[in-house]
Amino acid sequence: MHGRVKVKSTAQQEEEKRKEREKKLKVYLSARDAVFSKKSNGVLDEEALQLTQQLLSSNPDFATLWNFRREILLHLETVKEEEEMQKLYELELLFTESCLKVNPKSYGSWHHRGWVSSRLPRPDWPRELSLCDRCLSVDERNFHCWDYRRFVVKASGVPVSQELRFTDRLIGSNFSNYSSWHYRSTLLPLLQPGTPSPCRKPAHVSPTASPQTHGHRVCEEQLLKEYELVQNAFFTDPNDQSAWFYYRWLLGRAEREEMISCVYVSREGERVTVAFSKLVNAPAEGLVLVLDGQPQQVEWRSVHPLFRHSPVWLCELPPGSISDINNEHNLTVHWTEKHTHRDCALYTGRLESWCRDSATDQELFRSELSIEKTSVLQSELQSCGQLLELEPQNKWCLLTTILLMRALDPLGHERETLAHFQTLKEVDPMRSSYYSDLCSKFMIENTILKMEYAEVRVFSLSDKNLSTLCHLDQLLLVTHINLSSNQLLKLPPQFAMLHCLKVLEADNNAIENLEGLYQLPKLEDVSLRNNHISKLSTLEPLVSCPKLIRLDLRGNPITKTANIQAELAQLLPSVTDLLI
Amino acid sequence: MAADNLPSEFDVVILGTGLTESVLAAACSRVGQKVLHLDRRNYYAGNWASFTFNSLLSWIQEYKAQQEMPSTESDQAWVGKIEEGEDMLPLSSVDSSIINLEVFSYASFPKDSEAANEEPSGSSVEPQHSDSPGDRTQGAAEPPKQETEPSEACKNRQMPETQQSNQSEESDKQEQPITRPAEAPIELNKRITYAKLLKEGRRFNIDLVSKLLYSRGSLVDLLIKSNVSRYAEFKNVNRILICRDGRVKQVPCSRADVFGSKQLNVVEKRMLMKFLTFCLDFEQHPEEFQGFSEKPFWEFLKSQKLTENLQHFVLHSISMADQEILTEEGLKATQHFLQCLGRYGNTPFLFPLYGLGEIPQCFCRMCAVFGGIYCLRHSVQCLVVDKESGKCKAVIDTHGQRISCNHFVVEDSYIREEQRTKTSHRQISRAVVITDRSVLSYESDQQVLVCGRVRECTCTCAPSTDLVHLTCPASGSAREDLAPVISNLFHVPNRSEETEKPLALWVMYFNMRDTSGLDSSCYSLPSNVHVCTGPDASLGCDYSIKLAESMFNQLLPDEEFCPPAPNPEDIIYDGDGAPGEGASFEETNHAERSGPEGEGQPQENGQPSSESSEPAESTDSVAPETNTESKVQISPTEE
Repeated sequence: MHGRVKVKSTAQQEEEKRKEREKKLKVYLSARDAVFSKKSNGVLDEEALQLTQQLLSSNPDFATLWNFRREILLHLETVKEEEEMQKLYELELLFTESCLKVNPKSYGSWHHRGWVSSRLPRPDWPRELSLCDRCLSVDERNFHCWDYRRFVVKASGVPVSQELRFTDRLIGSNFSNYSSWHYRSTLLPLLQPGTPSPCRKPAHVSPTASPQTHGHRVCEEQLLKEYELVQNAFFTDPNDQSAWFYYRWLLGRAEREEMISCVYVSREGERVTVAFSKLVNAPAEGLVLVLDGQPQQVEWRSVHPLFRHSPVWLCELPPGSISDINNEHNLTVHWTEKHTHRDCALYTGRLESWCRDSATDQELFRSELSIEKTSVLQSELQSCGQLLELEPQNKWCLLTTILLMRALDPLGHERETLAHFQTLKEVDPMRSSYYSDLCSKFMIENTILKMEYAEVRVFSLSDKNLSTLCHLDQLLLVTHINLSSNQLLKLPPQFAMLHCLKVLEADNNAIENLEGLYQLPKLEDVSLRNNHISKLSTLEPLVSCPKLIRLDLRGNPITKTANIQAELAQLLPSVTDLLI
Repeated sequence: MAADNLPSEFDVVILGTGLTESVLAAACSRVGQKVLHLDRRNYYAGNWASFTFNSLLSWIQEYKAQQEMPSTESDQAWVGKIEEGEDMLPLSSVDSSIINLEVFSYASFPKDSEAANEEPSGSSVEPQHSDSPGDRTQGAAEPPKQETEPSEACKNRQMPETQQSNQSEESDKQEQPITRPAEAPIELNKRITYAKLLKEGRRFNIDLVSKLLYSRGSLVDLLIKSNVSRYAEFKNVNRILICRDGRVKQVPCSRADVFGSKQLNVVEKRMLMKFLTFCLDFEQHPEEFQGFSEKPFWEFLKSQKLTENLQHFVLHSISMADQEILTEEGLKATQHFLQCLGRYGNTPFLFPLYGLGEIPQCFCRMCAVFGGIYCLRHSVQCLVVDKESGKCKAVIDTHGQRISCNHFVVEDSYIREEQRTKTSHRQISRAVVITDRSVLSYESDQQVLVCGRVRECTCTCAPSTDLVHLTCPASGSAREDLAPVISNLFHVPNRSEETEKPLALWVMYFNMRDTSGLDSSCYSLPSNVHVCTGPDASLGCDYSIKLAESMFNQLLPDEEFCPPAPNPEDIIYDGDGAPGEGASFEETNHAERSGPEGEGQPQENGQPSSESSEPAESTDSVAPETNTESKVQISPTEE
């Protein structure tokens, strides 16, 4: 048709582009060679600066060139006046800025900018901050820029309150931004009481808080504002996890005080077992055992060779030192590193003795969510309940509700917690195993609490859908344990912490690994009916249990093995009562 | 310029440079049609134009002159050009699409402090007086008579939703009868003076029609598809305001807005987000609105457990709907609004950096790049109709030249009453207010305000002033319709002092004919004469774009509508001739920058040229004076 505009064909365009590229490559290569020859000859002149600039502006990720550039600049510093260097460095800033426009995630450019900023005789920090702002407004998750921004803030001493306002702004424009929320969590503890934003330290530490944990906490008034902010976020979009994670941080995570929670001494075994409130490496912690005023040379070992760090450690006393039942002994374990100790008296006529804090006294299991005052948690639970009414299927809300309930009253909310876990597994099947494990953990905690209230040494957790075992260090004194009818796959090495265990019932599970039945000095009776034990080697850990006399393996694949009776008798000669 | 220079044969002759005509011109020219594009005005874009303050004053002057001296029909220069077997069909030489124009100026005049509202001495124009046929000459010096009652009546009659939506405009207005200007406070002197408005006049871009671009609307899609976007730059509208209970509030429409809103409690936030999420794919959940398909949208909203506050937001500011809109339409409108969110920013709207008048000019430019010829201040006197076929064979222009064409496209305002089969028109009521600050203080300058059916958007303007546009379907004259709203939102200086409201410095009212409801059956014209209706009353431009596309398909059923234009560097030129054309468009740029009435008379540039022309590669020079950070460049890559 007439009058049509004629347009170059694609082939023509391609050809032109190709030629252009070739030309560019030629220039690039010759410049690169020139720079390398200057570098090897140690020529640190301004021409080299020019050449590297030319190359870096087309390829800002050429680290060698940045390094060479810095060498040149350092050299020029020795020959030029400060004023000249100021100008030169300002040009560098302009140059890196142009590189960042090409590639805002160039490691080399950001690093060089940081280096230049720190060399600059009169740095212009506000300018750098505004550069970061511009960069973050384009990509709020550019971690290079976040890093650089932190550097600038530190170097220029931007007040915390100003930075908080900065995160306010970023969160306001898009609250799905972990970087901003996280930055907030690092800023809030720095807000000092009495600074411009009038914040008080909590007038009293709530009784449930352990004394060491409030030091880095945020003042109450600010916290209430934070709760409001984050609630706005998760009510607006309950599926956005960044707000929920921040919320979890806000609700806090109490750290337990470091202490010796239990000392147990057995006259018969001439052994002392010590439990700590956290994982320790006892030989390195300056642990000293004093028996009747005499420091003892003992060798501390963990309950299982796998553990270098463990909450439970034990040592053998010199033979004969406490074996006479008519003597009374006083033991003290000193933890010199932490300036703490615990005493334990073994009275006449007693075979064993212990001294410990009970789990109920320590509020052990409230530590998942914090130390906030009960009233705060209560009102947070209410708002979560409100949201849950609107969004009964929301997993984040369900999970947070569970955690709040645990923090408030684990036993009182047990039934609701279990129901919520059930819903969670249904709405989020991808993570059902995680929820099972978490639920197991909470069930074990509840059972431990119940056991403590009842002051018994029998631990029964049958038919609770347990998928994993935990808190076994709390079961140091337990003599009878019933784990039947759960979904356990193994008795983990931590199981070796049950140093007083005599009877183990674990029928109707899916256990195929007995690693944890290791050096249990008092274990006599093990019932493992209807599990998945199939190999003789699985039973090998039992060899280390000297008192084992009864073993029930009925319903396990191993019973089908030929000649199993004889092999077991050979492996475990102490077992007199073998049920297959 | 000598009109004899025009070639006498074209494929398509287009009269009027409004949006629809310009898009059509670009589309025809793009596929190789020879296009002659004319406009009787001396600026581009017709009723879509944007003016600087000063050129708006000239526009008002012209309007006035036309009202006083209705031009007589021109001498019958065409008589000799009509041949045997041909009929003549005259076009209207008077533009009657604007009526009821009234101007009030409240800005102070520094020389005259005791009578702040007197006329400026030595001013070349008389902006505060403007005569309209109905003898309603009302400068600010005269208290408008019967201000309250008629507007009250019309409000109740035509805008019932304002009452239902709990707006307290009514009561506010009654309590504030207009007082005599002599009582005007003296401190006006401290405020922006009229002289300052004139001095800064070039920084205003005042649109005749107040429209925005939905960021997924058909205009934006067309700008991207056709590569016309390269000729303009855009800004995001920053926020949407609503007037409720006499207070101006921000409408939370995006996720970030909902999060940051202080007016909603957390449960409301959840309910709103939930509802909006549902609207995004409401077609997938027909069970949710099953019982409401025949019921109005507001009933559905009520059923959704939304609080009254939220119902109001959704109905008036998000669906931007009529009170009586049906549920499904309301959901669709809400969905469209939501789909537009986030494409370029936190609100669904874009706005051309230098006013809406930019857009038709961009399409004209595209048309010229592909060989279209432009003449402003050049119209068509009459059509030459072949008696046998009943088709339009040619047109006779205002210089008496006969130009033959296959198709003739014309804007509605050129059509005489005799050719209309339907004589009643809807009207749009418009008001333009220059104020001293935003209706809700904020650091941004782009916002849309919705209250009832009255829509306002404040746009590019001079520093320390703010421009507010009000639009609504007319029920009376523009002033009757909109003055109550203005007195509710702004402090009009000759009333009792109210400092918390922005001060109205200058107000213009007019009615624009809304022909959007008309179709070809409303005209008795030859079949190859196509009438483009003017701007409609809605917020978006979709109506006009869809119209242009359907007209194009009628004109050239086998051609693609605005295919992507090639890059300028990929165009092959045969021989010489191209550069001259490029230069002419450089000047059009200047016109865009300074408003269509800028010096240099770019409209004279329609040099006849059959060669393809080169677009001036100066898109960045189009907008040299504003901050670059907040500009939005629409391009296909942003998709």
